[in-house]
Amino acid sequence: MADNATTKNLALAKAINESLRRALETDPKVLVMGEDVGKLGGVFRVTDGLQKDFGESRVIDTPLAESGIVGTAIGMALRGYRPVVEIQFDGFVFPAYDQIVTQLAKMHARSLGKVKMPVVVRIPYGGGIGAVEHHSESPEALFAHVSGLKIVSPSNASDAYWMMQQAIQSDDPVIFFEPKRRYWDKGEVNTEAIPGPLHKAQVVREGTDLTLVAYGPMVKLCQEVAAAAAEEGKNLEVLDLRSVSPLDFDSIQTSVEKTRRLVVVHEAPVFFGSGAEIAARITERCFYHLEAPVLRVGGYHAPYPPARLEEEYLPGLDRVLDAVDRALAY
Amino acid sequence: MTVESTAARKPRRSAGSKAGTTGTGRTTRAGAGKSAEPELVQLLTPEGKRVKNAKNAEFAQYVAGVTPEDLRGLYRDMVLTRRFDAEATSLQRQGELGLWASLLGQEAAQIGSGRALRDDDYVFPTYREHGVAWCRGVDPTNLLGMFRGVNNGGWDPNSNNFHLYTIVIGSQTLHATGYAMGVAKDGADSAVIAYFGDGASSQGDVAESFTFSAVYNAPVVFFCQNNQWAISEPTEKQTRVPLYQRAQGYGFPGVRVDGNDVLACLAVTRWALERARNGEGPTLVEAYTYRMGAHTTSDDPTKYRADEERESWEAKDPILRLRRHLEASNHTDEGFFAELEAESEALGRRVREAVRAMPDPDHFAIFENVYADGHALVDEERAQFAAYQESFATESDSGFAAGTGGN
Ligand SMILES: Cc1ncc(C[n+]2csc(CCOP(=O)(O)OP(=O)(O)O)c2C)c(N)n1
Repeated sequence: MADNATTKNLALAKAINESLRRALETDPKVLVMGEDVGKLGGVFRVTDGLQKDFGESRVIDTPLAESGIVGTAIGMALRGYRPVVEIQFDGFVFPAYDQIVTQLAKMHARSLGKVKMPVVVRIPYGGGIGAVEHHSESPEALFAHVSGLKIVSPSNASDAYWMMQQAIQSDDPVIFFEPKRRYWDKGEVNTEAIPGPLHKAQVVREGTDLTLVAYGPMVKLCQEVAAAAAEEGKNLEVLDLRSVSPLDFDSIQTSVEKTRRLVVVHEAPVFFGSGAEIAARITERCFYHLEAPVLRVGGYHAPYPPARLEEEYLPGLDRVLDAVDRALAY
Repeated sequence: MTVESTAARKPRRSAGSKAGTTGTGRTTRAGAGKSAEPELVQLLTPEGKRVKNAKNAEFAQYVAGVTPEDLRGLYRDMVLTRRFDAEATSLQRQGELGLWASLLGQEAAQIGSGRALRDDDYVFPTYREHGVAWCRGVDPTNLLGMFRGVNNGGWDPNSNNFHLYTIVIGSQTLHATGYAMGVAKDGADSAVIAYFGDGASSQGDVAESFTFSAVYNAPVVFFCQNNQWAISEPTEKQTRVPLYQRAQGYGFPGVRVDGNDVLACLAVTRWALERARNGEGPTLVEAYTYRMGAHTTSDDPTKYRADEERESWEAKDPILRLRRHLEASNHTDEGFFAELEAESEALGRRVREAVRAMPDPDHFAIFENVYADGHALVDEERAQFAAYQESFATESDSGFAAGTGGN
């Protein structure tokens, strides 16, 4: 624990909870909505205690209807509110996909900029918790493909805290993907030190031999990979993207110009995934710097498997190290 | 006054319209679902006494031929289902299952409705219909694969006309409706039943299934188990009118049945299925019951509901009620209960052993059945995966190109 009074050691889920609390306190227009967010505090307890302190009109238990949750949030935003809605699990956002894609994403453009859509859609996402079907998916590419939406995913408690503040303050809709398997990971959160912009990537480990790019749940893995590689004398740089859309290509470019090799890691299927976009753009931008093709490590073109197979499906230390070796072998 | 009958599209039969009334009129704005409890179709009281009155007479005729042996059969079904469920719950506690959704308290709703079905009827369950699966002859151990995490389904839906469990709330009601539309097109007289919860009634898919089934007069029974809670949210957070009354607005009858009364559930479901078979279209049955345990083993109901509530429902226990009835009517002797107890124990043991013996799936299962026709990318990734696995087996040099999930 840091001795600074403004610095707390918080689990990632608790950091989001405190961030929501701060937003509810500072802006009366902020609302929290979703299934079970009230008394239960959400199935992951991310909204724990908020309804008790802010009441049922600010922290709203909604009917079990995702299209309804997002659709009414759009209406409330039209009326000047700033709803933060919770989708219980990644696989359950699809009943709301229509509202998100056809309405939420396009309202600003269709109104010639007259209408703002300050809606945050929180989605606990990703695998590694041994859950049943539809509770472990990483659908970020399905949203990133849609213009008008911003897509972010924190990897640690401090970012979770601050990125949530910034997402709520944004006048654009933000899909806020929370790495559910990192909910219980603790980290230092300084609630006064205002960090850099929401969509800026961050170098979380400096290196010279190869750049590992990740976001959300895979950042920690990449740090572990870098530590393991260091034992073999390889010096890897790790970049936490933090935002998938917009995507900070400048920071990746800077890193790749230094290391000349890039491996992108995400849980979502590789095919048509965010790694494909990164590989294509970085190849364009850094063609003469690259010593190896940009490699990607991610999920397969197969449904997310049952829990007993997820370790095979998810990128793990060995699979990422293998890609690192392949990139270094060129 | 339990049936909301509107002009059924083809009112050839009297059942729906005869009982048709304009409902309870208790559509108060606040808490109608719980505080003002509309009357239920009930044939057995919690004390196990047969109820006979004008209100339930028209449903009672559907169980007029039920013999003492049939009653013992229903009792056996409920006891074994509860035993299976309890075994699964403890297997989850012992780490053998990742999750379990218990049906404790809902046995009568499931066995009563499940035993009303014919073999050629088709069932679309949610994820808690273990008792209905039992009635369909699905081996209970098959239900456990997805909860153990070895598969995402685990049975062939066509072998027992029992569809796979559906986790996305409400989706299956549309599948049931479409299937029923197909049955009608085929000119068959089988029926379809879709199970869902009170929470699911809020989903757009469920509203759309009501619309489609009414418009196409589909032979489908919507069987809503109102167990009072959708995780932490009480029924009042889903609806301000009793759920069975929803049907009226779509143009088909809705009826609320005592979901803890197996005989009433059997009777009402038979009635609704008969309507479907006779071309009278959909029916909504709301089985008013209670989820006695947690939503799933991941849930903590102490955060949102009072112990007294459960206690009040324990007094209405579906199994106890039928036992009292059987005993009062001298339909059983001690031997029956003792034999059933032994059978339950044997079932528990079988389930426990089967789960522990359940092998982890082959790693290549990830790539199986992704497409019916095959797909080049899946083939490529499977080959990469194989080479990658192989690289561990042979401890070969890791510079070999493999296993990056496709690139
Ligand atoms: C579309 C969707 N949203 C959310 C969930 C998460 N969830 C699983 S069960 C459940 C409550 C369901 O309540 P109800 O329909 O009443 O059925 P019950 O579990 O009580 O039988 C929720 C919110 C889900 N599975 N699917």
